[in-house]
Amino acid sequence: MTESARRIASDAEGFILEAEDRRAIAHERDHYEQPQAACIEALKIVQHRHGWVPDAAIPAIAEVLGVGPADVEGVATFYSLIFRQPVGRHVILVCDSSSCFLNDYEELRDTLSERLGIGFGQTTADGRFTLLPVCCLGACDRGPALMIDDHTYGPVDPGDVADLLEGYA
Amino acid sequence: MSASRYHCQLRQGAAERRAETHPLTWRLREDGAMLGLDDYVEKDGYAAVREVLNHRTADDVIKTMKEANVRGRGGAGFSAGLKWSLTMKGPDIPRGYLVCNADEMEPGTFKDRLLLEQQPHLLIEGMILAGYANDSCFGYIFLRGEYLEAARAVQQALDEARAAGWLGPDIAGSGFDFDIALHTGAGRYICGEETALINSLEGKRANPRDKPPFPGQSGAWGKPTVVNNVETLCNAPGVMHHGAQWYQDLSGDLSDDGGTKLYGVSGKVNKPGLWELPIGTPASELLERAGGMRDGRALKTWLPGGGSTGFLLPEHLDEALDFDTIGKLGSRLGTGLMTVVNEDQSVLSLMRNLEQFFARESCGWCTPCRDGLPWIVKLLQALERGEGERGDIEMLDKLADDLGPGKTFCAHAPGAAMPLQSALKYFRDEFERGVTHPAGVAHAEPIPVGEA
Amino acid sequence: MATIHVDGQRYDVEGSDNLLDACLSQGLDVPYFCWHPAMGSVGACRQCAVKQFKDEDDTQGKLVMSCMTPAADGTRISIDDEQAREFRASVIEWLMTYHPHDCPVCEEGGHCHLQDMTVMTGHDRRRYRFRKRTHRNQYLGPFIAHEMNRCINCYRCVRFYRDYAGGTDLGVFGMNNNLYFGRHQEGTLESPFSGNLSEVCPTGVFTDQTHSEQYTRKWDLQFAPSICHQCAVGCNISPGERYGDIRRIENRYHGEVNRFFLCDRGRFGYGYVNRDDRPRQPEWRSDRDDAWVTLEVDAALDHGADRLRSARRVIGIGSPRASLESNHQLRELVGEEAFSTGIAAAEQRCLDEMHSLNQRCGLPTPTLREVEHHDALLILGEDLIESAARVGLAVRQAAQARRETLAAERDIPAWNDAAVRTLGQDRYHPVFIAYPIATELDDVTAARFTLAPDDIARLGFAVAHEIDDKAPAVAGLDPATREAARDIAAQLMAAERPLVISGGSLGCEAILQAAGNVARALARRARRGGVLLVRREANSTGLTMIGGKPLEWALDELASRRADAVVILENDLYQRLPATLIDVALATAETVVVLDHQRTATWAQAHLGLPAASFAEADGTLVSLEGRAQRFFQVFDPTYLRPATRIHESWRWLHVLRGDIRRHPVADIALDAVTRDCARANPALGAIVDAAPDADYRVHGLKLAREPHRYSGRTAMRAHLDVSEPRVPQDPDSPFTFSMEGYNGIGRPREEVAFAWAPGWNSPQAWNKFTDEVGGHLRAGDPGVRLIAPSPGAHAYATSIPEGFRGRDGEWQLVILARLFGGDETSSRAAPIVARAAPATLAVAADDATRLGVDDGDRLEITGQAGSLTLAVRREATLPGGVVGLPAGLAPVLVAGEWVRLAVSRGGGGDEGGHS
Ligand SMILES: Cc1cc2nc3c(=O)[nH]c(=O)nc-3n(C[C@H](O)[C@H](O)[C@H](O)COP(=O)(O)O)c2cc1C
Ligand code: SF4
Ligand code: FES
Repeated sequence: MTESARRIASDAEGFILEAEDRRAIAHERDHYEQPQAACIEALKIVQHRHGWVPDAAIPAIAEVLGVGPADVEGVATFYSLIFRQPVGRHVILVCDSSSCFLNDYEELRDTLSERLGIGFGQTTADGRFTLLPVCCLGACDRGPALMIDDHTYGPVDPGDVADLLEGYA
Repeated sequence: MSASRYHCQLRQGAAERRAETHPLTWRLREDGAMLGLDDYVEKDGYAAVREVLNHRTADDVIKTMKEANVRGRGGAGFSAGLKWSLTMKGPDIPRGYLVCNADEMEPGTFKDRLLLEQQPHLLIEGMILAGYANDSCFGYIFLRGEYLEAARAVQQALDEARAAGWLGPDIAGSGFDFDIALHTGAGRYICGEETALINSLEGKRANPRDKPPFPGQSGAWGKPTVVNNVETLCNAPGVMHHGAQWYQDLSGDLSDDGGTKLYGVSGKVNKPGLWELPIGTPASELLERAGGMRDGRALKTWLPGGGSTGFLLPEHLDEALDFDTIGKLGSRLGTGLMTVVNEDQSVLSLMRNLEQFFARESCGWCTPCRDGLPWIVKLLQALERGEGERGDIEMLDKLADDLGPGKTFCAHAPGAAMPLQSALKYFRDEFERGVTHPAGVAHAEPIPVGEA
Repeated sequence: MATIHVDGQRYDVEGSDNLLDACLSQGLDVPYFCWHPAMGSVGACRQCAVKQFKDEDDTQGKLVMSCMTPAADGTRISIDDEQAREFRASVIEWLMTYHPHDCPVCEEGGHCHLQDMTVMTGHDRRRYRFRKRTHRNQYLGPFIAHEMNRCINCYRCVRFYRDYAGGTDLGVFGMNNNLYFGRHQEGTLESPFSGNLSEVCPTGVFTDQTHSEQYTRKWDLQFAPSICHQCAVGCNISPGERYGDIRRIENRYHGEVNRFFLCDRGRFGYGYVNRDDRPRQPEWRSDRDDAWVTLEVDAALDHGADRLRSARRVIGIGSPRASLESNHQLRELVGEEAFSTGIAAAEQRCLDEMHSLNQRCGLPTPTLREVEHHDALLILGEDLIESAARVGLAVRQAAQARRETLAAERDIPAWNDAAVRTLGQDRYHPVFIAYPIATELDDVTAARFTLAPDDIARLGFAVAHEIDDKAPAVAGLDPATREAARDIAAQLMAAERPLVISGGSLGCEAILQAAGNVARALARRARRGGVLLVRREANSTGLTMIGGKPLEWALDELASRRADAVVILENDLYQRLPATLIDVALATAETVVVLDHQRTATWAQAHLGLPAASFAEADGTLVSLEGRAQRFFQVFDPTYLRPATRIHESWRWLHVLRGDIRRHPVADIALDAVTRDCARANPALGAIVDAAPDADYRVHGLKLAREPHRYSGRTAMRAHLDVSEPRVPQDPDSPFTFSMEGYNGIGRPREEVAFAWAPGWNSPQAWNKFTDEVGGHLRAGDPGVRLIAPSPGAHAYATSIPEGFRGRDGEWQLVILARLFGGDETSSRAAPIVARAAPATLAVAADDATRLGVDDGDRLEITGQAGSLTLAVRREATLPGGVVGLPAGLAPVLVAGEWVRLAVSRGGGGDEGGHS
């Protein structure tokens, strides 16, 4: 079973909002006038643990925040950094905005695509990488830029891609 | 060679940066590391807070800010002092919020990141002053989710400041209570639009809100709310410390506007980067500091301040980069970070790229933006593939016009329309070359399945 | 008032409106989508753009969204301006880029707001040549069908569903042009107002699924103005018929009652009209052991008349779900002394109490529209969403209206919906609810009290005492309740228009008396308040005004042989009292004549069954809970497509039967005469003759059309029966014709509008053309007459205050909880309502359940005086201990208020709701 398939399977078995996450969400709630404000942070907390936000997490978060599940899903599907599908162990965000575009971003994108055998929005069969486009990463002085997990790289020459990916098992 | 981790860096050495002339960056460490509380305080940090909170009234702060005419660095150039003077205050009005817009996502913009990562205390100081002026009860720094380095720096600075009594109850013994929380986003360019930002802060979908009522009347949770850009707020300590006149004088004869600006250059230049320069510095100087065009290619066109500003030509390089001058040229100063396009690069393709961005980032609230932009993208793609039809360019003209200011719900779509309109004006031939079909004749599906 | 200039013309408009509203109110056409008269403006669709000019000299002008621009005095705009027209055409063009081009086969075609606006803006050519994006649809339950590909992203559905109606399970997902309006996962829409989506949606994303299953174009439906018969609120409806079946029910605008919205019971509960098993011909058997034979009308009447003539004493049992006219005719037939209302005594006592309070408590009853303007509400013993859903929706608006007040203080106009919500947040006008369990309005309440009925009454009495210390004090009140009463009293007194709502749902007179005391106290303290009392059935109020003996009396008369014949009008007695009592009474009677449109358990006991007309085939008058007499009109002639049918209005049957009994050959009678008779015989009902125009009402000498002018297929629809088309049925009872020939315009104001259509406006938005201003009143006046007004003067307080509720060992007090789906007699016979109704369960307080060792789904046998029931358990955290709750609509084995025993039932046996 591939990594992502395993994750989907485990999700189908039922979702439990861990007590620790529940506490973290409750803590976030206190920063704001209304509990709904912690919604994005709550989604991030769940995503931090599971890699993505499984369907069953939506009503669970809604319950903690005292809002409707439709509110939570409405938010979850609006923001690009909330993943409503399983992703790989590492998420590559490739800046596709104008400055990087002018610095040959398309070449970088194609190299990544070829190397990983996936396009944007897809995950490699081994569950290692997910490839996504991202808005201007604010690294325009060193484009083309990309982000893998917590780190931003730039400029990334297509020739550097192989080495760069090596670092992410 | 392997790709290196990105770290943002100002292109000016310590020698050039002085307290009197570089209010935003003079304290920055040469190594680019974050300036901690001790270093910051040692370099006059929080002096303005101590002085203002204890000795000056909120109205006084606003008056000084108005005189200094610090124009919003988020792109619209609205006077911060004037905005603050419109915030509702009074016995019947609840204390509201002060929100720092640190959602920097404008294509070609990488300035707020520098201040956030390397000098968060300056921002905090600015926010305390703004909070005081606007009688805010609490502040939020709305930081884009991808700026993880900045999040660490800001969080550290907030903790340091709180521990040192610069945040929390009774700041500097003044009786003023104010604290700040870091709120990180989850993507989406539209969150930078100030009212969408407020909705996002409230944990909702980031659809903008109609104005009036302005956030200063009814913002976050219906309370008076002030939203300012990082750089705008970072100007407040200097203004309050040195006065409005000093601020005005910073730009000398270069501009009617006062102060300095974080300018930058990206694109195929030799030394892309970021500089703090007097506002009104001409683009030619920036280009020069950036080491000129790479590989000896000629400059074809440039965007003065991000993807939502209009194209300018090489002949405009000597104009002052300030709000009014660039405005008169039919563009906008925007964020003041210029993007250059060289003679080999296609404006049509760049436009397609930009419109894909704007179409994808449309919040989906209003019709022209939500449904007009994807149409623009498809027309541009068709032209780019040489599959345009007669009438497509006129259609683009019309769409650009229909997406202009006042017709859409917020400024996102006009931001997408402006570069298109100017591209059609200056580089119409590039678009015309893509028209190969008569109107209405059936031809191959121009958009492959799956991409539509 | 403000003067605005539109394309050079001056108009006097309401200055507090936005320009769109103001223009539409003037009859000007401005296209729009995201705006809705009941929901205000959000400026999303950009369809309503007009050109605004600074002053007379400004020729340039700029585009503004008329829905987001105040109609300030001196405003100058142009709708006709070329740039504005072009922009509006662009907007439609964008909206249509992804919209299917399938109007001819789309269900919404012909009453589609998008179609109307597309024509209005002149968009007729597709220039977008690229691929459309498509969506998958969701299953949303038995009421609403989903077709997301038609969506134009106007956001009206979520704004209605969530913001207006308080639903939480419909949302908008995704962003950019990939938006999705639906549920977070497939499943039945939870809101009891989901049906309004079919009218709120400007196109066909959310459609009436009960209609889809037997689809007919709007223009091919035959309509009549009607009144919903599914509860006592009296919402105005427009039922549409084709081929002898009701195909859908749409909202009929009434400026004081339902305005734009209906509840789902009313909209989707009509299926009983179309049931195959409906009696359509008279059925007869001389002895109950014989088999039924069907008879022609004359033979049936002869048999009936013979039996009744030879009876020693005939009594009549009326019905709160039948019209005034039918009840009146029955009373004429049997005589006042022999007339029973057909309502059980306990309920009738409550109804009488309510009627007397309405006359004597000193406060008037607000209309639904007025409810929305009350600024502090106390609700005693009603779960409004279950018992009178449309009132509940109005109460939600009343609570939310506080935001408009707050917004006004900051100069934010009431129509600026998003801004009003932002400023107001969750600040509501105070609403207090006392009911045994949580209710769907709890999210807007200031405080909720889940109490046993007697304690609800005590709270009410205490509030009255706090308002006016002349009202009796409650002995032995605990400090918390006193504190609560004080707070409620203070908030009611601080309000400008306090409102007390109560009703008969819990069958507890003490609660009504308590509500009466609160109302009297407010009246004495000179508050401009209101009182609204919820009755159960469509004509409960009207029948109470006619009066009669309770059902128990009638059963007793029969069982004790003081009467040997009974005529039962549209009433299934088995729904009202335990079967054992009814069986005995009917078995003892020599002659049982039943008139009904449903094959009920009571019908099964008849000697003679006469097929009565349902609301769809009848005219008549009902009195709603606000005391408004309203006429409903026959939608179609049941014999037109089913010639063998012998269905007639009950009042018509009874009129002829009466003549036959007396051997007077009688001429047919028309509605107006019966209504007049009824008014004459019941002075309190005197005004009902004015409830609607007489049968001889004409516009331009024309009767009113029941069919839209594009009605098609009339010659073909009977071709399988007879190739020659018969003359259209004549209608002696009303000003309407069974035809498209007749008046249906907007030029001559009329109260009774069968269907909303105006040139260019095929969708329900056409109602704007019939009102004096958008969201206002029908130009000819809203239909109906108010019959009840409070008489002024000091009125005595009720003084019998119950003891506080005390639980008993091994016994539980039974409360019957009103239920929207499954809780009323007729709509419970409609398949979609059955599908939607939650299974009947017994609500048990969580602690009690633990003590009994039962959990959700375990079965309990509930035993009372007259029998027992076995039901699955539902633990209710909010229910007070010592009380158990039974859903309304089950066989009446157990009686509200009685003490019952509970025993764990082993094995899977025992059918739900069945009695043993
Ligand atoms: C689509 C859109 C995106 C924006 N993004 C940003 C942003 O990322 N950062 C920012 O400071 N302002 C952004 N703005 C401008 C803000 O709406 C607002 O004008 C600004 O935060 C006000 O601060 P200032 O007056 O200090 O510039 C954006 C505006 C629009 C229309
Ligand atoms: S212009 Fe675009 S981003 Fe702005 S409200 Fe309209 S759809 Fe949203
Ligand atoms: S109706 Fe005015 S913008 Fe939609």
